Formats: sequence, structure tokens, C-alpha cells
Amino acid sequence: MKLLDRNGLKADVYRRMSEGQFDGPGIVSLAELADGAQPAAGKLGLAIENTANVRDVERHFDSVTLIVIHFPSFGDGRGFTLARRLRRAGFGGTLRASGPLIPDQFAFALACGFDEVELPEGQIERQPVEQWRGALTAFSAPYQQGYRRPRTILEERRRNAPEAAR
Amino acid sequence: MTAASLPPPPAILIANDLLDGDVVFRKSDGWTRDPRAAFIAYTSDETQALALVAREAEARREVVEASIVDVDIRDGAPAPRHFRERFKTLGPSVRPDLGKQAQFPDYARAAGA
Amino acid sequence: MYRYDEFDERFVRERVAQFRDQVQRRIDGALTEEEFRPLRLQNGLYLQLHAYMLRIAVPYGVLSSRQLRALATIADRYDRGYGHFTTRQNLQFNWPKLRDAPDILELLADVQMHTIQTSGNCIRNTTADQFAGVAADEIEDPRPVAELIRQWSSLHPEFAFLPRKFKIAVNGATEDRAVLKAHDVAVRIIRHAETGETGYQILAGGGLGRTPMIGKIVVDFAPKGHLLSHLEAVMRVYNAQGRRDNKYKARIKILVHEIGLPEFKARIAAELEAEGPSFRQEEVDELARIATFFARKEYETLAPHSRPYERARAANRDFAQWADTALFAHKADGYAIVTVSLKPIGGPPGDMTSDQMRAFADLADRYSLGELRVSHAQNLVLPHVKKDDLFALWRALGEHGLSTANVGLITDIIACPGLDYCALATARSIPIAQAIAQRFADPARQHDIGPLNIKISGCINACGHHHVGHIGILGLEKSGRESYQITLGGDASWNAAIGELLGPGLTADETPAAIERLVDFYLAHRLSGETFIETVKRLGAGAFKGAFAGVSRHEAA
Ligand code: SF4
Repeated sequence: MKLLDRNGLKADVYRRMSEGQFDGPGIVSLAELADGAQPAAGKLGLAIENTANVRDVERHFDSVTLIVIHFPSFGDGRGFTLARRLRRAGFGGTLRASGPLIPDQFAFALACGFDEVELPEGQIERQPVEQWRGALTAFSAPYQQGYRRPRTILEERRRNAPEAAR
Repeated sequence: MTAASLPPPPAILIANDLLDGDVVFRKSDGWTRDPRAAFIAYTSDETQALALVAREAEARREVVEASIVDVDIRDGAPAPRHFRERFKTLGPSVRPDLGKQAQFPDYARAAGA
Repeated sequence: MYRYDEFDERFVRERVAQFRDQVQRRIDGALTEEEFRPLRLQNGLYLQLHAYMLRIAVPYGVLSSRQLRALATIADRYDRGYGHFTTRQNLQFNWPKLRDAPDILELLADVQMHTIQTSGNCIRNTTADQFAGVAADEIEDPRPVAELIRQWSSLHPEFAFLPRKFKIAVNGATEDRAVLKAHDVAVRIIRHAETGETGYQILAGGGLGRTPMIGKIVVDFAPKGHLLSHLEAVMRVYNAQGRRDNKYKARIKILVHEIGLPEFKARIAAELEAEGPSFRQEEVDELARIATFFARKEYETLAPHSRPYERARAANRDFAQWADTALFAHKADGYAIVTVSLKPIGGPPGDMTSDQMRAFADLADRYSLGELRVSHAQNLVLPHVKKDDLFALWRALGEHGLSTANVGLITDIIACPGLDYCALATARSIPIAQAIAQRFADPARQHDIGPLNIKISGCINACGHHHVGHIGILGLEKSGRESYQITLGGDASWNAAIGELLGPGLTADETPAAIERLVDFYLAHRLSGETFIETVKRLGAGAFKGAFAGVSRHEAA
């Protein structure tokens, strides 16, 4: 697995609970969390499916530092809506998309509230980091308001409009 | 395509060229736009070999939509047995001036419906 | 019409560059075909039977003469000299090459056009009333709202990978000319019953294809400034909960149907509440900015009646017959809206050659302020024609094979490309349309039969809207042959209805005869002044079954 954010590849400090006993930050599922699973020390990550209910996840906002949303395929866009809803519900930690996303979706993922993408083995070899970074600058500004993006076309228009028209 | 889903011989391999989209046929070596030059598999071993060629050619990004199609031999030319693939090897029936039927009128006469 | 500002322009140029890069990555192997397919589809590029096909967006059906000329240039340079107008007001080229597609997009961008989201599991090109802004029965021009939706839906970060395609239509007139109830979502501009203010009624859950459904009202009245928040709520509920396990159950209509209208409305309400206040000032401001592009044209002050037009009518029967079908009431005195049939007898419905495009562009300049429209019925519209000019226009159209007097009549057939082009087709549609048109070619007979919509699809995807045709024809494959199912009583208007299946499938040869029997039955049983669909509704489709039975020589009825 390779992890990357808007700056490029990064080391994954978390390990999956299913990988066995370990020290340091760990990722657990909702079921494991219900069973009282706890990493030996440090930060806690929560892995959820893209069908998870916001209310079930919300309860753990204070105790988790990372939420991992699983993308079963890149064409399954449910994760984008779930991310948007988790941010709306107030999650302030790290949000990770895990699955075979493609570079052309990177900007969408970040806009919906994700911070990082975890790719399956072999994909980054085919789609190197430059392609992911390049995808973030493909568009200067988008149309939609209300997503995590530095500026929108509407804002640019407003700035451009003559004073009288404001 | 699994061996089980392969049509019975005689059969040919049809695909679309990745960059052009044109309908292409596998000949013994490489691809051709001329249906008369298509390699015809007469045994199921040959059909299976064609299926392997199809997978490799897709992986090499030469073609897309590669499929093995069973044919009748009419005047020595392969005519797909199913009407869908027959249109694919001929061109739009409403525009006889376009497609393979215009390019290869001999073939169209032999293989047409 | 709308003109791009520097930001729209930049956006479309960046989209072209992005697609050029995507094609390159496909060629060098960074993208697999599975990864590339949705990307090319979201740029309107399909792989058909014989070649790629490029679908160009004609946002809400509005085109300028300059844009039409650019399309003609593309048809000549990169295609085979013709294009095909679709039921979604788009234009398709049937022979482009993948390697040329980025250059074609560049040419389109030069005239402020694109192919964004004309396919794929995303929000498609927004359609609207082809008479928008000029129809006498209009409450409010739907084009500003349609343009607002076009921008909002373009590369929406959250809704680019939906369970399935998503079609939105907008209408602002009392008559529904946009087939609202056949859309995933429809926006109807209405006047509030008490306050009189205009706002939006929102329908959802319509759609044809397998399991056709009629859209239902999900929001009774959303005031101005509340539209996009409501649309986002609908989209979010659908994106999260629409089915993804079965392609044929993935449209929003199935979600609405399975959970029921009250539950669907409750989920929208919950979503709206979670999001906070639904009013957005920026929507009001943006709509006002867009609306300035659609200000009323500078029409000349003319008398409502035109003497030259009346004289020409009286003197020329062919002209009068054409005018009877082609004209629609314009909101400005002395003007008419002219529908130009792209259904010459025996021609493929909706096809236009590059020469015709250029000639038509010239006529639009001369007679219609340089503007034209595309209708969902695959015809073109000249929206601003002086009645005084109608006769001259008709003559000029005739020189280019564009004066067929059949708009709304039995030979004005909607047909999808079917198996002559489409890789998904199970049977051909165009030859069926041609054969029916030839059988009913006599203009006097057509006019006697009166309004009648035949709609043909080459597979269950229903691009030809066959379910809502007065007579619908669906091409299927049966035992290795093409087979055609006939439905009766469909209706694409605000009284939308799904047609009823009449019997077993027919062969291509039998189909025109079967249609003729249905028509003869209508002629024998109609009351004075009754249209075909009115007779069908009065007698019920069942009454026609007797007329239909016995046509098939191949199968028992
Ligand atoms: S209805 Fe079917 S055959 Fe016709 S265009 Fe649509 S997908 Fe193709």
C-alpha cells in the first residue's frame, strides 16, 4: 500500500489492527472498536465502509484521529458523499480514501474533505506521483461552492465585477 | 474470454483499433482492415489461440473490444453468423456509402445479408 | 444567448488539456481501458460498432449560427460530413478517431462548446424547452436556470461517480415541451398559488429504459435562491443510497420506487436540515448575471398579422401545409417560432449534412437573429422569424431539403441510431423509421391523420423514448433475428403515460403494416376533432389489439 497526500508520497504511521499486535498508532473497524479494541499506544484510526451511517461514526469523533473510507472501486462514488457528510458533522481529524482511486479523482477527493489516498499495490508504479500532483492543478478553479477548495469561479467573478454590480 | 464461452469454429477475431476506432481483423500476423484477409480459425485449438492473441493485443493497447466471432464462409470470405457482427463488418445498413461495405464491395456482396 | 466569460473559457480549455493528457496516459499505459472508459465517456466519447462516436453538448438546445458552422467544419474535417441530433438535444459524430478527439474539443472550445458529461454516470447535459424565451405560453425563461445547472453540475466533485447516468430537464412554460416526467430530476418553474412569486417545483424518479417510471413531485415549491441546495440534497441522497449492485436498478427512479415517495421526501428533508439554511445569495446573484444574456431580443414593432404571409398561404397549398405544422406562437407580435423538420421522408431521423448545417446557419443569420435551437424530437428551431419572411424562408429551406411539412405528424419519427451504429443495440431503428415514413409519405394523408408521435429505440435503454410515444417501437433480438415490440398510448406531455404492449414482437417487414392497421383503426373510430392519442385514451389500448392481431405471419398472436 502506498499513501499520498497533496504533497506527494508519505509514510503511513498507522497499522491495521488485523495485522496483529503492534505498538503505536493503529486502525480498527467499527466492530473492533465496539469490542473495545485499542492500539497499544497513541493515535487511533477507524476504518469504515462507504455505506457507514454518519451517526454511528460521529460518536467516535473525539476518540479517533483518522477515518479511513474504503473505496471498493474507483467508480463507486459513495465515499465522496460520506466524506462530505463526515466533515459537515464536524470531523476534524485526518480523512483517508483507501482503494483504487485514479489521479483524475484526486482533486474531487480533496474537495470532499479527504486529506490522503491509500492506493493498492502496484498502482503508483503505473501512475506515478507526478500524475497525482499534476491532476491537482488541472483546473484553476471549480464552479461549485461549499467544498474544500481555495477559490471558486463564483468568487473570482465577484472579485472581478465592477463595484456598482456588486 | 474463457474457453467455454468461445464460439464454435470457423471463427475470426474482430476488434476496434484503439487510436482510430476502426474495425480490424486479425490476420495470421498483425491486424488488417480488410475482412477478406482475416485469419479463419477452423479448429477449437485455433480459436483458443486467437483468444490468447486478443488478450495480449488488448494488453499491448493495440485494440479494444476484441472478440471471437463465429462465421460462415461465403465465397471464401468470412461472414459473421450473428447479424450484429455482420453489421460490424459491413457498416451502417442505412449508409451503404460508408464503412467496409463501401471500401470492400466484393466482400459486401459475398457476406451481406 | 449565454456567452462564456474568461472563467468559463479557462475552464473549458483546461478540460481540453486534461482530456489530451488522459488520452496520452491511455496510450502510454498509465490508464487501463477500464480506468479510461469512464473518463472518455465523461467527455462524450463512446466506442460504437464501427468507430468511436463523439457526443457534443448543446446546452438546453441553444446554438448560434457560428457554432453550427463550426460543427459543419468538424463534420468535414474529422468525420464523414454529417452529424446526428439526439433526443437529448445533443449532436453526435459517428466516425471520429480517438487520436483526433482532443483537437476536436479544441475547435469546439473556440466556439464556446464542449462535450463535458454528455455520457457517463454523472449529471448529463441539462435539457430544456426548445421554445424557451420566445413561447407565448411561458411563465419564465428556463435557460438561465439551465445554465446555472450546467455550471454547477460541471465536474461536480461529489457527483461525478454516481450509480448511473443522471438527466435533468427544465421547463418554464405551461405546456411541458421538455418531457419533464421522463427525467431523473426535472425543474419546473411555476408561479406560487398564493404569493404569485415564481419558484421551482422539483420532480424526481422519472426515467425510461428498463422499468420505465413517471417522475413524481418531490419538492412542491422551492423559492428562488434555494434551487441548488435542493438539487444537492437530492443528489446526495441518491449518490449515497442509489443501488450499485445491479446496473438496471441503479437509476434514481428505482430508489424512489423502492423506498417510496414519502420516505424519499423525508430523506431529502433530513439532508437539507443537516446542511443548514438552504437559501444562497450567490445563487440569486449568479442567476441574475446569467439572465442578462437572455434578455428579450430587440424585436421590431410589427402588427400581429402579416399580410404577405396570409397572401402566400392562400396562394400556395404546400406552403400553407408546411406552415400548419411548423409554426408556433411567438411572444412578440408579428413573429413566429419555426420548427424545421430533420425527418425527410426516407432519411435517417435527426441527421444533417455539413452543407445543410452551413446553409441553415446562413438562414438563421438572415431570418432568426443568428440563433437556432435543437428540439428533443430531433428537429431544429428558428426562434425569431418575422411572419413577413416566412414564405422566403420556406423556399430557401426547400432548396436544401429542409422544408418537409411533417412536424408533429406520423412521419416526424423519433429514432435512436440503433444497430446501424450503436454497440448496445439489439436491433436497427433507422430502417424501421424510414419504412414507416415511406408508407405514410403522402402529405394529405399525414395531415388527415393529424398529430401522432412514433418513437423508436434499438434496445431497452430507450434513447428513442419509445415508452412515451403514442406508438412506441422497441427493437429486440429474438432467436437470432431483429424483432419489434409495439406499444400504444404512451404520452410525453405533462399527462405523461407509459405505452401498453400490444402483442408479440414483429419482424421488420411486418412492422409498418401493423402501424398502418393501428392508424386505420383510429381513423375508423375517431370522433370529430379527436387526435390519435385522445382516441387511444378514450377507447383504451386494448381496443386496438384486435386491429393489431393477425399482422404477424411468424408467430401466433
Ligand atoms: S436505445 Fe439502445 S440502441 Fe438506441 S441509442 Fe440507446 S443504447 Fe443505442
